[in-house]
Amino acid sequence: MSYILEGETGEWEVVIGLEVHAQIMSKAKLFSGAATEFGAAPNTQVSLVDAAMPGMLPVINKICIEQAVRTGLGLNAKINLRSVFERKNYFYPDLPQGYQISQFQEPIVGEGIVTLDMPEGPREIGIERLHMEQDAGKSLHDQDPNLTFIDLNRSGIALMEIVSNPDLRSPAEAGEYILKLRAILRYLGTCDGNMEQGSLRCDANVSVRIRGEVALRTRTEIKNINSVRFVMAAIEHEARRQVDIYENGGSIIQETRLYDADKDETRSMRSKEEAHDYRYFPDPDLLPIVLDQEFVDDIKATLPELPDVKKSRFINDFGLSADDATTLISDVEIANFFESAAIISEPKLAANWVIHELFAILNRDGLSIAKSPVSSVNLGKLVGLIADNTISGRIAKDVFEIMINEGGDPASIIEDKGLKQITNTSEIEGMIDELIDANPEQTQQYREGNIKVAGWFVGQMMTASSGKANPQMVNELLKKKLS
Amino acid sequence: MNNLNDITLAEARDGLSRGDYTSVELTEAHIRAIEAARDLNSFITETPNVALERAKASDVRRAGGNPLGGLDGIPIAAKDLFCTEGVKTTAGSHILDGFIPPYESTVTQNLRNAGAVMLGKTNMDEFAMGSANITSYFGAVKNPWSIDDGKDRVPGGSSGGSAAAIAAHLAIAATGSDTGGSIRQPASFTGIVGMKPTYGRCSRWGMVAFASSLDQAGPMTRTVQDAAIMLKFMAGYDPKDSTSINKTIPDFESAMNGNIKGLRIGIPTEYRLDGLSSEVDNLWKQGVDLLKQAGAEPVEISLPHTKYALPTYYIVAPAEASSNLARYDGVRYGLRVPGDSLDEMYENTRGAGFGKEVRRRIMIGTYVLSAGYYDAYYVKAMKLRTLILQEFQQAFESVDVMLTPTAPSAAFAIGERMDDPIQMYLNDVFTVPASLAGLPAISVPSGLSGDGLPLGLHLITKPFDEETLFRVAGVLEEAVKFTAQPSYLRGFS
Repeated sequence: MSYILEGETGEWEVVIGLEVHAQIMSKAKLFSGAATEFGAAPNTQVSLVDAAMPGMLPVINKICIEQAVRTGLGLNAKINLRSVFERKNYFYPDLPQGYQISQFQEPIVGEGIVTLDMPEGPREIGIERLHMEQDAGKSLHDQDPNLTFIDLNRSGIALMEIVSNPDLRSPAEAGEYILKLRAILRYLGTCDGNMEQGSLRCDANVSVRIRGEVALRTRTEIKNINSVRFVMAAIEHEARRQVDIYENGGSIIQETRLYDADKDETRSMRSKEEAHDYRYFPDPDLLPIVLDQEFVDDIKATLPELPDVKKSRFINDFGLSADDATTLISDVEIANFFESAAIISEPKLAANWVIHELFAILNRDGLSIAKSPVSSVNLGKLVGLIADNTISGRIAKDVFEIMINEGGDPASIIEDKGLKQITNTSEIEGMIDELIDANPEQTQQYREGNIKVAGWFVGQMMTASSGKANPQMVNELLKKKLS
Repeated sequence: MNNLNDITLAEARDGLSRGDYTSVELTEAHIRAIEAARDLNSFITETPNVALERAKASDVRRAGGNPLGGLDGIPIAAKDLFCTEGVKTTAGSHILDGFIPPYESTVTQNLRNAGAVMLGKTNMDEFAMGSANITSYFGAVKNPWSIDDGKDRVPGGSSGGSAAAIAAHLAIAATGSDTGGSIRQPASFTGIVGMKPTYGRCSRWGMVAFASSLDQAGPMTRTVQDAAIMLKFMAGYDPKDSTSINKTIPDFESAMNGNIKGLRIGIPTEYRLDGLSSEVDNLWKQGVDLLKQAGAEPVEISLPHTKYALPTYYIVAPAEASSNLARYDGVRYGLRVPGDSLDEMYENTRGAGFGKEVRRRIMIGTYVLSAGYYDAYYVKAMKLRTLILQEFQQAFESVDVMLTPTAPSAAFAIGERMDDPIQMYLNDVFTVPASLAGLPAISVPSGLSGDGLPLGLHLITKPFDEETLFRVAGVLEEAVKFTAQPSYLRGFS
């Protein structure tokens, strides 16, 4: 249930707020026309604006505004019809302008909500704000023993910073929050959510307090964590570190820390005293963004079905269990795959096949759903053939194996290999009669009350029919003939 | 035929189209004048080869019957904060050492598209910060006007190089940029016309930024008509500048019809500063009388927030500058002075690259934006800026144009007023309010001081009402009959 750190002086709870930086899906950067494709050779996607050449001016990319509004709507958040870009001033070689254009006092999106499906029930996490900002370039420290190289490809790429309230209470909730947020962004098509490539990064604000305390204690901020697993581990370690300090009579200083995944620890990056004074002020090169309600409404009208709604629909319309529905909606591509298989077969059975059989193969081969060796339509057909008794579940697994290895339509595979289920009563009865005639001893045993022998008969029947006899019919007819 | 160095832009335009002379002849005459006038230090970079190449191309076009826009073949100069493709651009600073832009600013590109021939890049106060053109890394500019006391006069600033070049007939027209008076005050000091259009009229793209919300390019010429012609080709909407305004450009030249009958001329009471010299005050009164005689109606108006304009400006402009100049960090272009750490490299580079006045303003700007001071300074200044704008809007309900002096005095000697920055900042007291409100304004040479140095009068109109501005300025110019020549020219020709 609730996440508690046991200490000598009592029980401690952890309080977490997350700042997620999500790269906006857009072909061009936030204020320039340069490309945003990942993995290009260093400094090949840099405009004069991104390099902060003298006299260059930013011009807002309208697509990014649309994407931010779309995201805000997906987070059930308030869209601010007026928002302002400000400059956040600090010096660093990968920040060519000497300031980051960001939103500070007037962000484009205000308060919203993300609902988490936790084992103990749904948890509503408040979103404080979402604002747009430019990404910085990259400092490459490993190219030369004495020099740092700068790659400006990332400089100026559009980010959304999504700030949660300090509503999260455990590493598990923090992990769940990121996964849910990522799912929503991917449903909306506003961020690809790729954490390895850095399109989704996270800063965690962590503090602890004695269970029951109302006031928040001093927090630390762990910067730039790039996987869900690391977010959870970093929080766990930071919370433990803070508890240990309090219990030894110490106090926490407000500071920025870094998580070292190799050593599995957090360490100080800079303290509050060393913190930058960012000298935010409205960027005089840009006018305030003023949206009309119609623009927002038009985007709202094109929003896709989002995870929470899809989940209820899967439960209510398809009769899925909450667990299965949660698994299937976690990713928009999985949900779409499932749904396309389900509508041409039997949804509950289709869910089983996706979650158990298909996921096992994908995990084994390290594939994403997009690279599935079996198409959703073919999986749906296979499930349909089980549902209408053309094949048994056991035969279906063989057919599935063939579909994975050789591809093809399940109906033709069944036809070609003669795997169709025997459901003809007289044919099965004939086989049973033969079996009873050939095995008087076992028949006698059964009739004398040793009904366990029935299992042996079923086995013999399946062998005799190469597994094709309908198991349910075999069971029923055996019972009838043997008694 | 007049000496080719003494003709106006309008005359050159007509002379070229009549075939009285070629662009090459006109350009060569100016190249020779620039070479002969190097002691003025009005140019940082002379570009005779670029100029001759463009002049030849212009003559070829004209001979083929296909001249470009209305400036084809006209030799002009560009203030050295307009980035010019393939030509060194310094903004008067050491920190841009060796910087050759691979791009052309929108304003200079517009002029090129109209056929203008660029003679070179004019000297200026470093990053346009100054009112005397004494903060340039490339040395002070001398005003072509002097008196018999053995001292050189400043040309004003920050567009001092452009002003001196026009006054000394080294170019037919020049671009300037005006943040708080940087076109108008040097125009007044050198006896030429300097005009700042409405904020947003000219694109800032490719102009080295000083204070983004105030910077505006404008023409510097010897006549009001020439300024009207130049502005037509400098101005225009530019999607690359988010603060550029999408409005059609009127024909400013034909707006100068000489008729100002019934126009209401506002005389702001608060501009009558304590201690304003009687010669400036008298010139102002004379200007009012001349406009009245031409049929306009003088109206006393009140702009009570005027006294806050200068302090407001000296918070807003340095604040923006402190951020705009952060990009000069030694990392990508310009000067780099190595150090043992990154911070040391920054300190060494910026310490060596920026002059004293620029460093002062960066520090003021950094201070007023700092945590704990932001509300007391920057926020308050922005509120005052809004009040000043509202006050102008209100005043323009009862008047069409305002008349004030351009500067509180005539040009002072190089080396004077150096020890007290506040004294220097006071040069802009009449020009800064219009800058804060983004209004178009012009300085027209209107008379001489007792010592024989030029003085300008300053007109301001509503946003985007440059037509009225040029019309009234044309009438004022006609009425004051300013024909005095700078001492430099008298000795020179």
